[in-house]
Amino acid sequence: MITLTWVYVLAGTAFAAFALFNLNDKSNARRFGNAAFWGLMAVSMWAGNWLGDFGNGLLVLALVAIAGFGGLGKAKDDAIPEATKQERAARYGNGLFGIALIIPATALAGTLLFKEFPTLFDVKQVTLISLAMGVLLALTVGYAWLRAAPTLPLSQGRRLMDSVGWAATLPQMLASLGAVFALAGVGDVVGGVIQQAIPDGSLAGAVIAFGLGMALFTMIMGNAFAAFPVMIAAIGMPLLIKQYDGDPAIICAIGMLAGFCGTLMTPMAANFNLVPAALLELKDENAVVKTQVATAIPLLIVNIALIYFLAFR
Amino acid sequence: MWVLLGIVVIVVGFMLRFNPLLVIMASAAVTGIAAGFDLHAIISAFGKAFNDARYVSIVWIVLPVIGMLEAFGLQERARGLISSLKGATIGRLLAGYLLLRQATAALGLTSIAGHPQTVRPLVAPMAEAAAEKQAGTLTDEEREEVKAYSAATDNVGLFFGEDIFLAIGSILLMKGLLEQYGIILEPFELSIWAIPTAIAAFIIHGFRLWRLDRRLARKTAAAAHSGDSA
Repeated sequence: MITLTWVYVLAGTAFAAFALFNLNDKSNARRFGNAAFWGLMAVSMWAGNWLGDFGNGLLVLALVAIAGFGGLGKAKDDAIPEATKQERAARYGNGLFGIALIIPATALAGTLLFKEFPTLFDVKQVTLISLAMGVLLALTVGYAWLRAAPTLPLSQGRRLMDSVGWAATLPQMLASLGAVFALAGVGDVVGGVIQQAIPDGSLAGAVIAFGLGMALFTMIMGNAFAAFPVMIAAIGMPLLIKQYDGDPAIICAIGMLAGFCGTLMTPMAANFNLVPAALLELKDENAVVKTQVATAIPLLIVNIALIYFLAFR
Repeated sequence: MWVLLGIVVIVVGFMLRFNPLLVIMASAAVTGIAAGFDLHAIISAFGKAFNDARYVSIVWIVLPVIGMLEAFGLQERARGLISSLKGATIGRLLAGYLLLRQATAALGLTSIAGHPQTVRPLVAPMAEAAAEKQAGTLTDEEREEVKAYSAATDNVGLFFGEDIFLAIGSILLMKGLLEQYGIILEPFELSIWAIPTAIAAFIIHGFRLWRLDRRLARKTAAAAHSGDSA
């Protein structure tokens, strides 16, 4: 059966290739740092389940030590010259989009199709499995039609990976911090603080505290999923649902979306906000967050109003 | 109360622009110690969660494909296509992408698009080309703004589309949590209430895209005007 393990093997291979290309590149003064960093990511993908919790923790400490103390560098830019790319773009034309769209198309088809074959595929992971298959299919077509040099995808992929750098591991790191917070009971303490801040006997006050609390706590945690159980326990359940008899479906569904407004406004949601800034090579790493604030704040107000007007009819 | 020190570390660390990985580690250590765990337990908890969250980093396997296609001129082709289309403006392009992203996410197809898969190779270069066509030339700040809007539009489309789908993680989380309180709801009863916000998100973000569109278009008009009078 094809499970996520296979995809981890593939991802580990990609990271290992990024590490080897760095190791061989003398134009990068810190090539050993880069090679060690992506090499450790490869080990995590390949062998994470055999390292044990403490072993994985040490692996993370090593990643942080390499990246946190300036161990990562960049190779001399080996980007393809603009003129070559223009010439190739003219030669291959819109077929290039065809290859680019293989990945989403395979992810789409696989998500719908593979569920019908529960003996062949792990049905809970069909999207990630079909994403990986789309990557392999796109590479195959690329080799066959573009006649790309065998190492070109990996060497160019390495260049993109190094331009993202340690930010690539931030989402995983923040998810792990969330787990430590949960273990330490941070959520319960925050919930207690918020409960004391609500004015007594005011439905509007409670709704506003719930919506704002979802957004703010999501901004701190970088993830609405972490904020949701805390805010439901502190305000949603005791006040909005029990005391004011609100509709639980509306309070939960729209409350979660109020949290998503917080996700738009925080660097802690690294995969959505910091990673694209690195991928698009923006000068200001917070440019995406800043752009989103003016959408997030009015939308948060709308969400709070929707809860107030829809849930208590 | 002492466990909240970890949050203080995060906020201050990010504000003072220390390396975020170091800030995260410091926060985990402070939080764990404040809660009375020893170092071994903190490192183990962190390592376990890191291993469980590996699926987040799978998406980087698309980089070799993107790198290969970019070497063959994908971004240049994306720009060329938009420049040749009459009536392609940045506002229409990004609003169209917003709608497409919301609609596909609402069908549960959240991973078919994203920053590495679609924004960097396709959406951002197309948006840049459309903006260039509208404004004549772009300043560096405007180029950054157009790229940032491309990424932001992907996020808004994803966040305020995905909860309409029945089987998405957040809907299942809500259902599970409510069950703990003895409230049994079908996923459909929850996901339907994501629709009003989805519409509001399209209107609010779409309005901002329209204003960006107008601002860039006015720049050409102003440039043409000053050219006439000179």
